[in-house]
Amino acid sequence: MDWTALRVSLWLGAGTIAILLPFGIWFGRLLAVHQFRGKVLIEALVTVPLVLPPTVLGFYLLVMFGARSPLGQAFQSLVGQTLPFSFEGLLLASAIANIPFVVQPIQRGFEAIPSDVRDAAACCGLTPWQRFARIEVPLAWPGILTAAILTFAHTLGEFGVVLMVGGNLPGETRTLSVAIYDRMQAFDDRSAGVMAATLLAIAVVTLMLTTTLSRRVGLRRG
Amino acid sequence: MSRLTGYIAALLLAVALSATLSAQRPTTIAAAANLNFALTEIAKQFKAERGTQVDVVFGASGTLARQIQDGAPFELFLAADEEFPNQLTKAGLTRDAGVVYATGRLVIFAPNGSPLTVDERLDGLALAIKSGKAGRFAIANPDVAPYGKAAESVLRKRGLWDAIRPQLVLGDTIAQAAQFATTGNAIGGLVAYSLVLGPGFAERGKYALIPESDHQPLRQRMVLLKRAGATATQFYTYLQGQTAKAILRKHGYGVPQ
Repeated sequence: MDWTALRVSLWLGAGTIAILLPFGIWFGRLLAVHQFRGKVLIEALVTVPLVLPPTVLGFYLLVMFGARSPLGQAFQSLVGQTLPFSFEGLLLASAIANIPFVVQPIQRGFEAIPSDVRDAAACCGLTPWQRFARIEVPLAWPGILTAAILTFAHTLGEFGVVLMVGGNLPGETRTLSVAIYDRMQAFDDRSAGVMAATLLAIAVVTLMLTTTLSRRVGLRRG
Repeated sequence: MSRLTGYIAALLLAVALSATLSAQRPTTIAAAANLNFALTEIAKQFKAERGTQVDVVFGASGTLARQIQDGAPFELFLAADEEFPNQLTKAGLTRDAGVVYATGRLVIFAPNGSPLTVDERLDGLALAIKSGKAGRFAIANPDVAPYGKAAESVLRKRGLWDAIRPQLVLGDTIAQAAQFATTGNAIGGLVAYSLVLGPGFAERGKYALIPESDHQPLRQRMVLLKRAGATATQFYTYLQGQTAKAILRKHGYGVPQ
């Protein structure tokens, strides 16, 4: 068992949630509450990472932020390291790849709140911020929690983009999923097996949690 | 939208800050996958003698060279050929032209129970193809792995390339090709001698050494990269010393005098 790789994976999952959740709550609510021209296009763009192969994202990140691009060189001269092949680069890639996993459940969560609830809250003299914090967020909470759990699970399972922009550096970009591949190539089937079982267990528990949560949302809607 | 811009700016700032803070990282070197067992042993010995650790990342030489060009933080690169290190030298990424540290060999390997018989002239493979009994045959991807390129030239030399092409499975690295060849997922493969000599391989099947004259010599060059620190430089010297050479020889490599 590669504990360092597990630590990298857990940090990556937690970091991705920390970055995406505020964005997801703001953007998911925006999409749920407001109607505007081009909304279909925006929704499609938000969903794109779901259907794109990770290699496409990896390609763009390497070309845009690699040591041979002007942007990458500027970044390198600023902090002394390129964005690819660093934990920060992985975090960025992971945040982009997970946008649909965080925006969609949150959007559904806010959409499930009937508009008369919102109107009633306004009539009671609550400010927009109070309405948001005291009424809407608690009601949309299952959606937000689902988003967080899905993002975490998906980040732990991410492989292609991690291998491409991460480069398998121990303690930095070697996540558990990449470590399994690495151990297989080193003919260390036993370690690979232990890590594979760990990821499988985490995935099953995560999905059980999300199913339970979405069932609760469904009950409220009905 | 201004809120979004502010959010992105704050994010980039945080990323830049944390990257500056985490600039201190252990010495990491990149090595061709055929070195898996040998280099792990050398790094262990180096740590025992000097008390300093180097982290080794294994991969296909071509993949690693590309990563170095894209800014991967490796300090030393041990390739499976001379071409990829020379490319990096030409691009101005290395300290100097480096040295050849080992010469590799290819073997044809057949796992237990495979219909393939192994011999240095690949007659058994030719027979298997002719009889239509040939299942999948594993080599490393010739585009990124020098051992795959060598395998291709051996198969071409024996006139088997066109016939066997539809049956080939390509490993990302020579280690993955060996994985395919040893786990019974293929009737066999052309893999690195150094891997076949690794722990647990002897009982998995039979192999025959391919004559060196059948392919371009697998002269393996290493280069120190511009960012190399003291530990990487020491390890580079250590690899040319007697202890490292003895370990390389034990793992089936030819070493420079």
